[in-house]
Amino acid sequence: MMPPPLGKDLLGLEHLTAEQIVHLLDTAEPFKEVSERAIKKVPTLRGKTIVNLFFESSTRTRISFEFAEKRLSADTVNVTTTVSSVQKGENLVDTARNLEAMRIDMVVIRHPSSGAAQFLAERINSNVINAGDGTHEHPTQALLDLLTIRDKLGRIDGVKVCICGDILHSRVARSNIWGLTKLGAEVAVCGPRSLLPRGIEDLGVTVFRRIEQAMEWADVLNVLRLQLERMDAGFIPSLREYNRVFGVTEGRMAAAAPELLVLHPGPMNRGVEIDSPVADGPQSVILHQVTNGVAVRMAVLYLLAGGRPELAEQAKAGGTE
Amino acid sequence: MTLLLRGGRVIDPSRDLDQTSNLLVVDGKIEAIGLDVEVPLGGEVFDAAGLVVAPGLVDVHTHLREPGAESAETVATGAAAAAAGGFTGICAMPNTDPVTDNQAAVGFIVKQAAAAGGARVYPIGAVSLGQRGDHLAEFGEMVGAGAVALSDDGHPVVSAHLMRTALEYAQTFGIPVADHCEEPTLASGGVMHEGVVSTRLGLKGIPAAAEEIMVARDIILAQLTGGHVHLCHMSTRGSVDLIRRAKEQGVNVSAEACPHHFTLTHDACDGYDTNAKMNPPLREAADVEAIREGLRDGTIDAIATDHAPHDYRAKQREFDDAPFGIIGLETALGLGISELVEPGLLTLPLLIARMSSVPAKLFHLPGGTLARGAPADVVVFDPAGVWTVDAASFRSKSRNTPFAGRALRGRVVRTLVGGRTVFEAPVT
Repeated sequence: MMPPPLGKDLLGLEHLTAEQIVHLLDTAEPFKEVSERAIKKVPTLRGKTIVNLFFESSTRTRISFEFAEKRLSADTVNVTTTVSSVQKGENLVDTARNLEAMRIDMVVIRHPSSGAAQFLAERINSNVINAGDGTHEHPTQALLDLLTIRDKLGRIDGVKVCICGDILHSRVARSNIWGLTKLGAEVAVCGPRSLLPRGIEDLGVTVFRRIEQAMEWADVLNVLRLQLERMDAGFIPSLREYNRVFGVTEGRMAAAAPELLVLHPGPMNRGVEIDSPVADGPQSVILHQVTNGVAVRMAVLYLLAGGRPELAEQAKAGGTE
Repeated sequence: MTLLLRGGRVIDPSRDLDQTSNLLVVDGKIEAIGLDVEVPLGGEVFDAAGLVVAPGLVDVHTHLREPGAESAETVATGAAAAAAGGFTGICAMPNTDPVTDNQAAVGFIVKQAAAAGGARVYPIGAVSLGQRGDHLAEFGEMVGAGAVALSDDGHPVVSAHLMRTALEYAQTFGIPVADHCEEPTLASGGVMHEGVVSTRLGLKGIPAAAEEIMVARDIILAQLTGGHVHLCHMSTRGSVDLIRRAKEQGVNVSAEACPHHFTLTHDACDGYDTNAKMNPPLREAADVEAIREGLRDGTIDAIATDHAPHDYRAKQREFDDAPFGIIGLETALGLGISELVEPGLLTLPLLIARMSSVPAKLFHLPGGTLARGAPADVVVFDPAGVWTVDAASFRSKSRNTPFAGRALRGRVVRTLVGGRTVFEAPVT
């Protein structure tokens, strides 16, 4: 038997190989179809207990994971808690030990501190899936972005992708950079210099100062959400100016190539980083991303639970291993 | 009480001495050095052949956590850890709880140190009341109670006016003002060095500029006032350059660097190792090189540990929330020998100077010399002895070191304070 294609956990894409990432994407393919059925359920994870441990508010990621879990017949518990920064660390150690004691199989964790998923993974035997840790990684988001690009363009190798906006605070950007570069895409970032992290070029990406240049270069734009609190923190002068200088606006879109694809991880600030006509327009694949999110998360859960990629077709058909 | 250390390599940088010799201690003082010196009847003879006999090490920057966080360290355990590391004198920073900002608090440290019986402990008083940065503490009263320097370490003295005043007022007492150089708006919220590793890990960075801006400011204020500014735990290439230029211009500035800053880079933070989290943070390879060069050419005067104990639970948390700091007293000499002497950067006498005679002189402390009549504060160590860092065996109460498991050269064999043995290595 082949060894499982992933380790115990999915903490990020940085330490995965291109083969592992392709494996994940390929495994997602058969699961897409499950969500299209009248009865959207297969017994693959029957008897498995999964905790969705969210230390940060999130609607769509949590719901997407929950659908993925339920469609695989797992038993799920949602723990949503906001924590004060003083108690945070103690809570996480104690939470880990308590979860372990309850013999759960998997934990999906969202946490405001970078490294929190790894911290948890090192302390429990259950599988840990990172659903976003601080400004570090959000691997399932990047996987669904990759899957969407592959769906639409038929390949990832050689595709030019520009990630636009607040790269400094974005875990989506980091996971996308790792995933895309490993699969052979050309990656660029574009945003105000105050929102680009130091040494970003060393990760193998090109930097565009102006959004117009980025849009002329790219085959795909991945437009990040601009957190509104960045303005108060002095990174940019105003949302209005941000839209004027860096927004993916209707006017700029009209000047761009008609094949240019627009992704957005959501939730969108319409009229800030992206204009509504663009978000709702023919080049937007934003809802396709959301659909793929469930399939990708089913694939991650399936593989971490020990499922073999070559049997995913059978799993889809309702067979168990 | 009489003790003869026989046949060791006696190194005393304060007098340019480096020879195989005997050293005689009588009644707690250095009595004589010479090959023909013999022990009077009834005295102890210690065979130091193959070992180095040097002035006890002096650390001008430690945190002993008493009062306030005795679960992490006390004056007694800190003084014992120091002795085990070859230190005979250590300066205790005032960021205790409550802050050591008055004569009673300084007196408490002195009292605890006397009872501890390890290395000598010299309190450093706070620059400002409560280290809040707005009102000068009573320097004169603290000096009267035993303070040897002033610092708000843990925090920078943010107000340039307060720093200026401190540098002026401290001149009355002839003691240095030691500053933790960090421009707070640039460093705000940062947990490691700002660079490619912080970008990869998604952690908020502290740019080198945050340190360098304050170094530049302090140099300018030292120039303005003529006061002695001592710059704590220098970590960047830019800081070394600024200090080098200031010294060329005759500014009254001194500086220290820590073993971790001449040994490790920000790569050590990979995997979110909270034992690699300290402030100032571990920087880049070019910074490490600059610190080493600064120690070689004297731009950096002294090696200090910034020994910062935290109990086990404190570091068991997310990187963002873990406290800054590592312990250093029991690994400093080994790191100095392994990282600076072994590669040929510093001679052994120069390393001892940076860890003993120079810091003692900067802070006007007794010790740092083997001159006849000086207190017999002596370290005996095996410069070739290799040992593996085992945090569980530390005398310190805390275990927060990034060096666990590392093989180091340079093993302390015996430490004397005022002629009294405060540490003796278990026979192996």
